[in-house]
Amino acid sequence: MDFTFNDDQLAFREAVSRFLMTEAAPEMLREVWETDIGRSPDLRHKIAEQGLTALSVPEDCGGLGMDDVAWSLMTQELGYYAIPDSLADTAYVAAGLITALPDSIATRSEWLGRIADGSIRIAVGHPVNPLVADAQPSDLLLLSHDDEVHAVPRSLVDVIANPSIDLSRRLGHVVWEPSSATRVATGDTGRALWAAVLERGVLSVAGQLLGLAQRMLDLSVDYAAQRKQFGKAIGSFQAVKHHLADVATRIEFAKPVLYRAAHAVAHGEDDAPVRVSHAKLACGEAAWLAARHGIQVHGAMGYTWEVDLQMFMKRAWALDASWGDRGFHKSRVAGFVLGDAAALGPGRTFEE
Amino acid sequence: MDLAYTPKQRVFREEVRAWLADNVSRQPLASYDTKEGFEQHREWERRLFDHRLSMVMWPEALGGRGCDLIEWLIFEEEYYASGAPLRVNQNGQLLLGPTLMEFGTEAQKQRFLPRMAASEDMWAQGWSEPNAGSDMAAITSKAIRDGDHYVLNGQKTWSTRAIYADWLFGLFRSDPASSRHHGLSFVLVPLDTPGVTIRPIRALNGKEAFAEIFFDDVRVPVDNRIGDEGQGWHVAMATAGFERGLLLRSPGRFQHTARRLVALYQAHRETADRDPTIRDTVCESWMGAEAYALAAYHTVGRLAKGARIGDEASTNKIVWSELDLKMHETAMRILGARGELLAEAPDAGDAASWLEGFLFAQAGPIYAGTNEIQRNIIAERMLGLPKS
Repeated sequence: MDFTFNDDQLAFREAVSRFLMTEAAPEMLREVWETDIGRSPDLRHKIAEQGLTALSVPEDCGGLGMDDVAWSLMTQELGYYAIPDSLADTAYVAAGLITALPDSIATRSEWLGRIADGSIRIAVGHPVNPLVADAQPSDLLLLSHDDEVHAVPRSLVDVIANPSIDLSRRLGHVVWEPSSATRVATGDTGRALWAAVLERGVLSVAGQLLGLAQRMLDLSVDYAAQRKQFGKAIGSFQAVKHHLADVATRIEFAKPVLYRAAHAVAHGEDDAPVRVSHAKLACGEAAWLAARHGIQVHGAMGYTWEVDLQMFMKRAWALDASWGDRGFHKSRVAGFVLGDAAALGPGRTFEE
Repeated sequence: MDLAYTPKQRVFREEVRAWLADNVSRQPLASYDTKEGFEQHREWERRLFDHRLSMVMWPEALGGRGCDLIEWLIFEEEYYASGAPLRVNQNGQLLLGPTLMEFGTEAQKQRFLPRMAASEDMWAQGWSEPNAGSDMAAITSKAIRDGDHYVLNGQKTWSTRAIYADWLFGLFRSDPASSRHHGLSFVLVPLDTPGVTIRPIRALNGKEAFAEIFFDDVRVPVDNRIGDEGQGWHVAMATAGFERGLLLRSPGRFQHTARRLVALYQAHRETADRDPTIRDTVCESWMGAEAYALAAYHTVGRLAKGARIGDEASTNKIVWSELDLKMHETAMRILGARGELLAEAPDAGDAASWLEGFLFAQAGPIYAGTNEIQRNIIAERMLGLPKS
């Protein structure tokens, strides 16, 4: 029993953090927000150079074969730097689905190779999301038609842009026609693939929300330590301290929930959906509290376009309802907790 | 990350589960806040000790069985799942015990720990004073050196179950010229020493659950001091860390309450659902208890790799105390008009045990350092915000 990360995993996270700190500074984020495409080909290129697009891809397809547990650290960093890129959709969520496709799909290894080398951007259209993130700049879209999975080239779909309050989220209403040419899975196989995609998509967003919460807390602590009123730093006042202590506490107790969920998905545990929904709720609530208390601590500056906090708040508000809103996830938790078969109580945290 | 228990851990769980199934009485003991109940609980503690289950983490030579922290969590899970009695000597076993392990001399450990494990000695805490509550460094009770003794004068208060206890551990000012957290010493006092007067205080539940203690020229051997003279604050802060942290409130306790709450909701579903927020709160309770357990395993894993429990102990205390309060508030809302009934009320049924827990849950955000103090600690030590 060891519910911790090993040194390699922690060193990997540290390296990713250092890389993104340099390459994804808030000024760059602002610049990308103002562009039409909302994406930086330069940043994506650097991400691929670092090998970050290859994390999930199996080793025999040119990747590193990392699992969901390692991704639970990676997604926190993506959230912390609010990177204006749908990297996780391609390199984690889509990579997971494509890896699970049967070898009979001829293009499977080609797609995986292109994910690994960073030359493809894949958008994932899971039915839980009404719109498809990054449909516009994608090369390939994974779309659902009932239980079927379709891998559709960008040229075969129309995308109607739906601007979001988070300007780095590029949502599209996708108009397309399913055909046998694009179908890669059907029936039980398709259903299982979409179910697995859902858990990874939720985990990905949960990790990003937790990273966003930490970033908003850090920004708020910095601001409260330097902003002076009544002759002293506002961070010395208890009312301000307690706002931020509550955020720190919420974050501390969301982390292990995320890690437990990641382990459940990585190992195909029966209660994975409940663990994942718990993680999404815990991380989403931490992020929303960090936003609420963050803007309060920033005072009027927090309500401006100029202060960086806004970019992280907006990402948190937007991601909270993506991959299933709170009602969706609360229903999944309630179905388990209040169901007849629930193994509740002490001693059931790791085993049924 | 390896989330499988080892064969040894599984065997241990089975052993503990089986022993508890055979030994936990179906009939609950009387409240340990009464003389009768206190002695019943002491008897129970002795049975635990006889089977080396009272302090599983302590070394065998000191009355334990040398378990690691994961095995301790397993023990705690099984203990609470079995519905076994609350631990009556927790002040000694969970707060003073670890302090003695860290700061006590070999002779002090041998003298106090085995008797503590066996509940031969029951311990009370002597920290708070009438004018030193959250501001503990304002302590004025004195321990003035006189040869190989200290002479104690002053008053302590809020000392849990002190009227039934044998010993007290407390903080006294050994340097009369000192102020704040300097010049304090950590001293152990037999409560039958001449000059000690214990006056019970009735708690919210009407029972003499805590007490104030007066010291009037009480002579205590210098050997009863833990740590160096004048270093009492440092020693006490280590104890406070243990208390706020995992030891005092292991996750099994709250997971057990969460499970009982789910069962209570199921049994009263029709009436409970008239308030649409109850169902949500019941599910949140399970999530909160589960998160607390996960955080415990994460912390214990990091401890095993050489980390120390630091100021994050303060987040633990806030989380368990507020979770416990929320769960009991929810139970009261589910019970509705029956919630107010005392155990002796013929119509109380399952309600009274929740009322008892509800009352005690009110104290959670206050004892062991108020949650406001915990939030200050988090803000200043975890987040690095400036002191007020």
